[in-house]
Amino acid sequence: MRFMTIVKTRETGAQPSPALIEKIGKLGAEAAKKGVMVGMGGLLPTATGARARLANGKITVTDGPFSEAKEIIGGYAIYDVASKKEAIEWTRRFLEAHIGLWDQELEVEVRQMMDAPETGC
Amino acid sequence: MPPKQAAEAIDAVWRIESARLIAGLARIVGDVGIAEDLAQDALVAALEQWPESGVPDNPGAWLMATAKHRAIDQLRRRTMLDKKHEQLGHELAARRENAVTDLDAAIDDHVGDDMLSLIFTACHPVLATEARLALTLRLLGGLTTDEIARAFLVPKATIAQRIVRAKRTLAAARVPFEVPRGAELTARLGSVLEVIYLVFNEGYSATAGDDWIRPALCEDALRLGRILAELAPQEPEVHGLVALMEIQASRLRARVGPAGEPILLLDQDRGRWDHLLIGRGLAALERAESLGGAHGPYALQAAIAACHARARTPEETDWTRIVALYDALGQLMPSPVIELNRAVALGMAFGPAAGLEVVDTLMTEPSLEGYHLLPSVRGDLLAKLGRFDEARAEFERAASQTQNTRERALLLKRAHSPTASSSGDS
Repeated sequence: MRFMTIVKTRETGAQPSPALIEKIGKLGAEAAKKGVMVGMGGLLPTATGARARLANGKITVTDGPFSEAKEIIGGYAIYDVASKKEAIEWTRRFLEAHIGLWDQELEVEVRQMMDAPETGC
Repeated sequence: MPPKQAAEAIDAVWRIESARLIAGLARIVGDVGIAEDLAQDALVAALEQWPESGVPDNPGAWLMATAKHRAIDQLRRRTMLDKKHEQLGHELAARRENAVTDLDAAIDDHVGDDMLSLIFTACHPVLATEARLALTLRLLGGLTTDEIARAFLVPKATIAQRIVRAKRTLAAARVPFEVPRGAELTARLGSVLEVIYLVFNEGYSATAGDDWIRPALCEDALRLGRILAELAPQEPEVHGLVALMEIQASRLRARVGPAGEPILLLDQDRGRWDHLLIGRGLAALERAESLGGAHGPYALQAAIAACHARARTPEETDWTRIVALYDALGQLMPSPVIELNRAVALGMAFGPAAGLEVVDTLMTEPSLEGYHLLPSVRGDLLAKLGRFDEARAEFERAASQTQNTRERALLLKRAHSPTASSSGDS
């Protein structure tokens, strides 16, 4: 079963240090070696993005940055694992990699992806 | 930490770390059975201690350190025994003492080599195929005996015994824990790839039982394949196999209807194909080809799967290329099953009569006797030629030959209305 982990943080303009990027890269390589990493990526500041919204049948598009947002999505990973607890363990390791290298609060949503029938491949 | 949460964390850590743990230990003790016991002991220690202490920062290293201590104890005890019995020369004993001293360094190096050695050992030709499957899922996939038994729909005791016997056979045959070299590597790699693909296929098209597919087995095989691709990145056929599995797995959710019935390739809703997996599959195929492996058996099959994956509609399928790929595959490893698939492609590329001509040459093929896809394909070609009575008989024959209930229902449905469109493998 696949899980997408969505990393949420406040947008303060702080960029991950090379040390942090290296650590996360290593963790990703480790997950790849264990056959569970399907894909991962970091997202650029919201200033380079936009928001599209549907409300009352009307679509509006607003360019970034999302200055009013309390938290934004900073990155994601997709794991192919045998259970939710494994996805949680990889997430725990991901958060652990930030200790001492990232001051902001981080939250990771661990979400199972819609997949094959029944069992959710 | 609450006991339930701790137990779940330990379970997850085991699944993630067990293969590397067993691999590292096997190189030290030279026996995968003993290595697994040591690893299990470390797991028991974790179950005792982690609920109190919490999961350590580096749980893999914790398990390894714990297992190492036990390995050292065992080696010391064995060394003493050996001395007592004077069965081993002084030199060997000294070497073992050295092994104890060098353990730390030894285990931390060569992780990749150890994992490869473990894969090659679990898939050793001295073992029967079903033993290789069970041992590979257990040692490399981190599955419990119970999970393997459920996956293959056999009693737990059967799998447990299969694994015990397999370990005994490896020990008795003194199979060295190592990565084979040179010409042997190619042959032994073939056995590894075969085991992985067998696991995948059992999930992709279950040979028995009520479910047409068992996705968990596909996932296990895919993970094993991806692990192997990381460990042996220079082997084109490994990437070929990964490509084949990724592309086939991309269709899993489109392959089953709401009532659990199979949906054949050309009838599938391509919007439900998984484009993430297709992308990974095509990339792996490119990798295999760039390593000069375009004509390996798995790469060729992956290339065929890729022809389907690239077609946005069934009509866009490049059947002529598929025929050519089956030609190449048939020359590489002549097989009536490949010939049957080639016939399907021929029928699509050049009309049903062309396909039927080839199928008819296979009707007396002894190895296809009782193989349900032969009458199934023939029935389809006959139906396309408007020969409905003959088609009906073929579908009925196919239905009586399959062991899978879902597939049987589909074939019976086609027997009742042979004009219904459908074709191709899936």
